[in-house]
Amino acid sequence: MIEARGLSKRFQDKKRGEIRAVDNVSFTCQPGKIYGLLGANGAGKTTTLRMLATILEPTDGTAVVCGYDVVEQPEKVRANVGFLSTATALYPRLTAQELVEYFGRLNGLDEPTLKKRVDDIFNRLDMNGFRDRRCDKLSTGMKQKTSIARTLVHDPPVMIFDEPTLGLDVMTARTITGFIRECRNKGKTVIFSTHVMSEVEKLCDTIGIIHDGKLLTEGPLPQLREKYAEKDLEEIFVKVVGPLLKNSEA
Amino acid sequence: MNFHNVATVYGKELTEWLRDKRTLISTVLVPLLAFPILMVGMTSLMTVMIGKAEKETAKIMVIGGEDSPQVIEKLRQVKDVEIVPYAEDWNKRISEKEIRAAVDIPKDFDAALAQGKELTVKIYFYQGEIKSSFGANHVEKFFDDYRDSVVSGRLASRNLPAAILKPFEVKQENVAPPEKVSGAALGGLLGYMVILLSMTGAIYPAIDLTAGEKERGTMETILSSPLSRVDLVLGKFFLVLSASLCTAILSIISMGTSFYLAGHSGAMAKKDAAVFQLHIGLSTVLSVFLMALPLAVLFAAALLTIALFAKSYKEAQSYLTPMTFIVVIPAVASLLPGFDLNPKLALVPILSTSLVCKEIVAGTFHWNYILLILLSSSIYAAAALFIAVKMFQRESVLFRS
Repeated sequence: MIEARGLSKRFQDKKRGEIRAVDNVSFTCQPGKIYGLLGANGAGKTTTLRMLATILEPTDGTAVVCGYDVVEQPEKVRANVGFLSTATALYPRLTAQELVEYFGRLNGLDEPTLKKRVDDIFNRLDMNGFRDRRCDKLSTGMKQKTSIARTLVHDPPVMIFDEPTLGLDVMTARTITGFIRECRNKGKTVIFSTHVMSEVEKLCDTIGIIHDGKLLTEGPLPQLREKYAEKDLEEIFVKVVGPLLKNSEA
Repeated sequence: MNFHNVATVYGKELTEWLRDKRTLISTVLVPLLAFPILMVGMTSLMTVMIGKAEKETAKIMVIGGEDSPQVIEKLRQVKDVEIVPYAEDWNKRISEKEIRAAVDIPKDFDAALAQGKELTVKIYFYQGEIKSSFGANHVEKFFDDYRDSVVSGRLASRNLPAAILKPFEVKQENVAPPEKVSGAALGGLLGYMVILLSMTGAIYPAIDLTAGEKERGTMETILSSPLSRVDLVLGKFFLVLSASLCTAILSIISMGTSFYLAGHSGAMAKKDAAVFQLHIGLSTVLSVFLMALPLAVLFAAALLTIALFAKSYKEAQSYLTPMTFIVVIPAVASLLPGFDLNPKLALVPILSTSLVCKEIVAGTFHWNYILLILLSSSIYAAAALFIAVKMFQRESVLFRS
């Protein structure tokens, strides 16, 4: 389970002064559910997820992931999280197997368990054909599978996906969305950020719309449809974010 | 700190390092080949050039001397010298290498010599041009010998012994053991090379493991693992240190082999070859490495920190390249004659290590300075490592954009 409590992140910029990338964001993600964080570019999605994955430390507020506080116990949080984004690249000079094993060892798996886990994942994701190939020689699809294997090797109960399909072709993106569904079916807590409406509609049990660092609204899709009297998610998004865009433009 | 995690990171970094052609070239190949190519290549080239210059019959022009046929005739008989007809533009001809030198014979040289008058013979040559120097040397030797024969003749005509002009001999005898002689001549070079190469060997791995990771997008991947930042930085630090020491060790082996080959190849005259006979024992080399170890730690940690600050490989290179000068200047200063250790200099990083290495190679062990330098260098190294760990915990550095 993930519970964000007043999560905030401020950055200092020499030219623009203080930037509130995330401003007092609170939400809860339940096991066996997918929480979709929907927002435009620069809305604060990546910063929120990076704080949940303890890559960044919150300026104010906190979050509890699997019972561990992201500020107080970051290493315990990371041991229970699988984090995947287009920014999490692979080590080019390691083979797919070496890379997955490396992260397994860092997650404290002993050698027999690691071997079994790696074999299972490589069979399940059909990766045996390229397990000894260096990551810089892999195709985009192979790289995505290797990234998935990396996040799965320690079988974490929480999965965090930051725009995982960004820039991918249809088939590779389908592999990722299939994998996200599989995580939910296995009872994992899943949080997923995107600006692609169709992905959110297909995948998410709960949707949170974020803009300018603030969580403007959240709820299951049927609830949002009812609240904003719109059927289409894109129209809901425009109704929620649009007035703020007009204000900022004015 | 978790040793298992540090070892895991180190093992992974080592695997990647051994597969990276760029860092392998700078860390292994260049230090292994640089010295043999420089030493053997340079000495062979020098030997060939000197041999050619020595064998050449030098064209010499005589200025004046028409009234002194005796000396001109004797000069013509000198082996390796060819007298060419006088020309007004003799100076230009020397510059343009048409002739090697010109000799100005004073007016009425033969007659004045017979009368015992004081004379000055001038030899014109082009300094820095080896063939011109050899030509001038041939002429100078002729006139030295000619002067000696004139002196001997004058003494004999007065029935005086030759020893009257040289009542006693003055001779210098060396009492320093061979290792001290070579230590003074080339010993400073050993410490200098170990220090410089510890630094250069660490540059590329330091960039690759920090700015390189940022550029490749793997920094966020590793930061999302449960690995603590301290374990991460230590694993990377030990790899950079290993690369640094590897470069230094390979360079010293390469340097030793090159000196040996240069001294034993027979390409050089025995006198010159003796200069390259470094009588440095294994214990001395190990002592130099022990002294340089804290400095290597300092370099590894400092370079990691600076390179981490950069956003890209290219930016890191532009930060670290000037660092070489910061190391070279004090290291070179220590090689200057008269630059000796004192309590203040013992606290100056790099310079102090370079100075003490020079002394160790020359067989002098000032234990108070050695301990002071080891202590101060270790403190600097620990401070640099502490800063590196702190930098790896700063988001503004890790995610600088």
